[in-house]
Amino acid sequence: MYEYSQRKGSVHSIETFGSVDGPGIRFVIFLQGCKMRCQYCHNPDTWSTNSQDMVSADELLEQALRYRTYWGEEGGITVSGGEPLLQMDFLIELLQKAKKAGIHTAIDTSGSVFSRNEPFFQKFHALMRYTDLLLLDLKHIDDTKHKALTGCSNRNILDMARYLAEIKKPVWIRHVLVPERNDYDEDLIRLDEFVRSLGNVERFEVLPYHTLGLFKWEELKIPYQLKGINPPTADRIANANKLLHTADYTGYLKD
Amino acid sequence: MKQIEQWNGFKGRLWKEEINTRDFIQQNYTPYDGDDSFLEKPTEATNKLWGALQKLQKEERAKGGVLDMDTETVSTITSHAPGYIDDSLKDAEQVVGLQTEKPLKRAFMPFGGIKMAEDSCKTNGYTPAPELHKIFTEYSKTHNQGVFDAYTPEMKKARHNKIITGLPDTYGRGRIVGDYRRVALYGIDFLMEKKQEDFNNCGCGVMTDDIIRQREEISMQYRALAEMKEMGASYGFDISQPAKNAKEAFQWLYFGYLAAIKTQNGAAMSVGRISTFLDIYIQRDLENGTLNEAEAQELVDHLIMKFRMVKFARVPSYNQLFSGDPVWATVEVGGLGQDGRSMVTKSDFRILHTLINMGPAPEPNLTVLYSSRLPENFKKFAAYISVETSSIQYENDDVMRPVWGDDYSICCCVSATQTGKEMQFFGARANLAKCLLYAINGGVDEKSKEQMAPEYKAITSEYLDYDEVIRKYDVMMDWLAGLYVNTLNVIQFMHDKYYYEAAEMALIDTDVRRTFATGIAGFSHVVDSLAAIKYAKVKAIRDEDGLAMDFEIEGDFPRYGNDDDKADDIAVWLLHTFLTKLKKHHTYRDSEPTTSILTITSNVVYGKATGTLPDGRKSGEPLAPGANPSYGAEKNGLLASLNSVAKLPYEWALDGISNTQTINPDALGHSEDERVNNLTRIMDGYFDQGAHHLNVNVFGIDKLKDAMEHPEKEEYQNFTIRVSGYAVKFIDLTREQQLDVIARSEHVRI
Repeated sequence: MYEYSQRKGSVHSIETFGSVDGPGIRFVIFLQGCKMRCQYCHNPDTWSTNSQDMVSADELLEQALRYRTYWGEEGGITVSGGEPLLQMDFLIELLQKAKKAGIHTAIDTSGSVFSRNEPFFQKFHALMRYTDLLLLDLKHIDDTKHKALTGCSNRNILDMARYLAEIKKPVWIRHVLVPERNDYDEDLIRLDEFVRSLGNVERFEVLPYHTLGLFKWEELKIPYQLKGINPPTADRIANANKLLHTADYTGYLKD
Repeated sequence: MKQIEQWNGFKGRLWKEEINTRDFIQQNYTPYDGDDSFLEKPTEATNKLWGALQKLQKEERAKGGVLDMDTETVSTITSHAPGYIDDSLKDAEQVVGLQTEKPLKRAFMPFGGIKMAEDSCKTNGYTPAPELHKIFTEYSKTHNQGVFDAYTPEMKKARHNKIITGLPDTYGRGRIVGDYRRVALYGIDFLMEKKQEDFNNCGCGVMTDDIIRQREEISMQYRALAEMKEMGASYGFDISQPAKNAKEAFQWLYFGYLAAIKTQNGAAMSVGRISTFLDIYIQRDLENGTLNEAEAQELVDHLIMKFRMVKFARVPSYNQLFSGDPVWATVEVGGLGQDGRSMVTKSDFRILHTLINMGPAPEPNLTVLYSSRLPENFKKFAAYISVETSSIQYENDDVMRPVWGDDYSICCCVSATQTGKEMQFFGARANLAKCLLYAINGGVDEKSKEQMAPEYKAITSEYLDYDEVIRKYDVMMDWLAGLYVNTLNVIQFMHDKYYYEAAEMALIDTDVRRTFATGIAGFSHVVDSLAAIKYAKVKAIRDEDGLAMDFEIEGDFPRYGNDDDKADDIAVWLLHTFLTKLKKHHTYRDSEPTTSILTITSNVVYGKATGTLPDGRKSGEPLAPGANPSYGAEKNGLLASLNSVAKLPYEWALDGISNTQTINPDALGHSEDERVNNLTRIMDGYFDQGAHHLNVNVFGIDKLKDAMEHPEKEEYQNFTIRVSGYAVKFIDLTREQQLDVIARSEHVRI
């Protein structure tokens, strides 16, 4: 068992109605802090690790449970961010308590902080005991281009995907399709091969890049590097879905 | 026990002994828990008729909103020759009957007020016959004249300053739902016989005011029934006897409703709960082999088409209040019976299916009486219709059934009434936000600067003190509640006297339950204002007359709409406090006072008349509609907002608590299945907590903006949205209201 204290998590915000962040209706907790600097990030306000809003796991769960009536059989909580794995100890406590309350748990992560080194690996292993599903963002299959797009290597991300496959943890993979960045057939074909090799992927979604988060960049006065890039066309979205064989991943439809 | 041929195959006993439509339904309906695969497409006749009607609607819009008006004939049940959608398609119409002799031609209805009737002609470019003016001013009196003969100077001033608004003192009060099913089930002759019995047994011979009035009313009802027969005959139908098949049942029922809309121009002229009743007739014919599914759907489509055509002559100020020409021809589907059986029948599906067969439309105001215990297939079908058309609303059967039984109708936008057993005295709303400013400013109106309320001491401190504000608000609400109820007493008295609803009341039990429906406007702004005063610091900025005209808020405060009890407790307190004050007063004909938190689209007009509030809302800005949280107040997403509204006990606002939400399709789910499932879950979760009402819109803000800029595009001709308490074609809203709809927070997380 894990040791708990009056630990508090650094929370960016809450969304009581998450409908595309895991199965059913989700109570989504956005944790504060992320080390990646994805060019298309729609929540750059979650990057900073400084937060005034410190909340305990009990407080969060108490709040979440007010929405249980909407969850039905499939809904639950999803911890997103920012990068939730940056607050590992808090995350373990939160999800363990959630599982104890019988709540379906999901983590929405970029995987960039994953490592098989201790102490991280042991903690991650513990975390997986309380996690029903991972939503994993694969941003680019090519490491060099990944670095250009996000400022980080994809090596540990892909390693995490493989590890989750090893332990047979259900995963939904999401790929934000950005014209002029990752919308090239050769990259999509490589990504397809990788995802197909995993075996634990229940759903694979192409999410078209959108500009709705642009105003946040402006507010934060961070230069936006995708200026002039439009959301992908319907044809390119269909092309990506075809090359990635997203329709083949139907595990999420099971009852 | 009466036994007649038209009732062959129908079970039960009590409904044959007395007028008891509910018992007939309970004994005979066939619950349906299957899916929508049995539904049929529109027939050729439906497509032709609907095509003809759409052409007329286009002409109507092109002419500025009114196609034609009657300027000569006062509308009565029998005033007009038969009319048809298109004379060349006469035989295709399965259900016939129009308000006048021509489709969409608006009738002249002076009994509510001759000036209003004349003005509605004149402002649309028509000249009413001069002798009508003479008749209704010199020889006869109207409701409007009666009201103004009795109003006190204070009442007139309150009306003028819009502290009480939307009063039905120049047109019909509406909200009375005749049990139109009775015409089909019993035929007119039996109904007349029963009213004659009631007349014979009315009073012991001592002629008190009440007895005299009741005897007069029964006589008027009796005559209205006779006129209904005459109207039916003019269309070639003998409705003296019960309907013998589904087609007749639809027609008979519609004639009952037509009599109502030919004699009353109430803001809300609801049809009521007809789906389960009509299904019994369809089911019998299907089993007999005299009707097939396509024909059944055709009957439903044609009846609904008629409800899409109801029109009244209105003046521009009315249209600003209730934009888009609504009539609240409300029709319900769904619900559970007292015995726990679902009352969903195939015809509940058929009625919702009209929105697919003939496309989205604002009327009839289709309402799903919701319970999480309804058949899953029906819940999903309704959610699917919402996602596709944004044309329906949901109301919680689980909170209404214990109060009104299992045969209630929705008599207005959202208010329940027992069908055939009850009438409502409808009375608009009191602006509690303005009342808060009166409390701060010693009863002086912040817009007109008139001393409106009694000269109570104004608050003079720079920073508002919560306890002081509450004390002063309390006595100001006392004053307002008294003035409001008494103004309504005058209106209801005069309406009964000069504009009695004989046709509707003829289809309601003589021994009728009366409710007295009041309403609250500005609800969320009062809650947030009080929360700001309590939890932040609010500084009053006063003008040269010493009136607080602006406020500065220092610090953060909890707002209604975030599932935060600090704010929501104030909301619950406010509702309870105002209801308690209303209940202290005498209400006309010993009616039961109720209240509501619903404002229709009038939140825009009410907002214009209301000054800057301590919650930060600026002078003239729209109030939040109904019980909705204020714009921008919601910080934690849709469900937190719903949870806040769900905390308001329905039992304290039996007239309804309306809530309107718009969800972006992308935020509802990535596939249609997901959208339908998630919407069903939202409804289950919301209503299982005891919430009362939800309008659901599913579209993106981009579509609204495009429709506002390009109303001429074909795709927007029938683009329907739900606003507080009804549905409306978006392009028919005023620009201000369109902007207001767009400004409302849309629940999309990016």
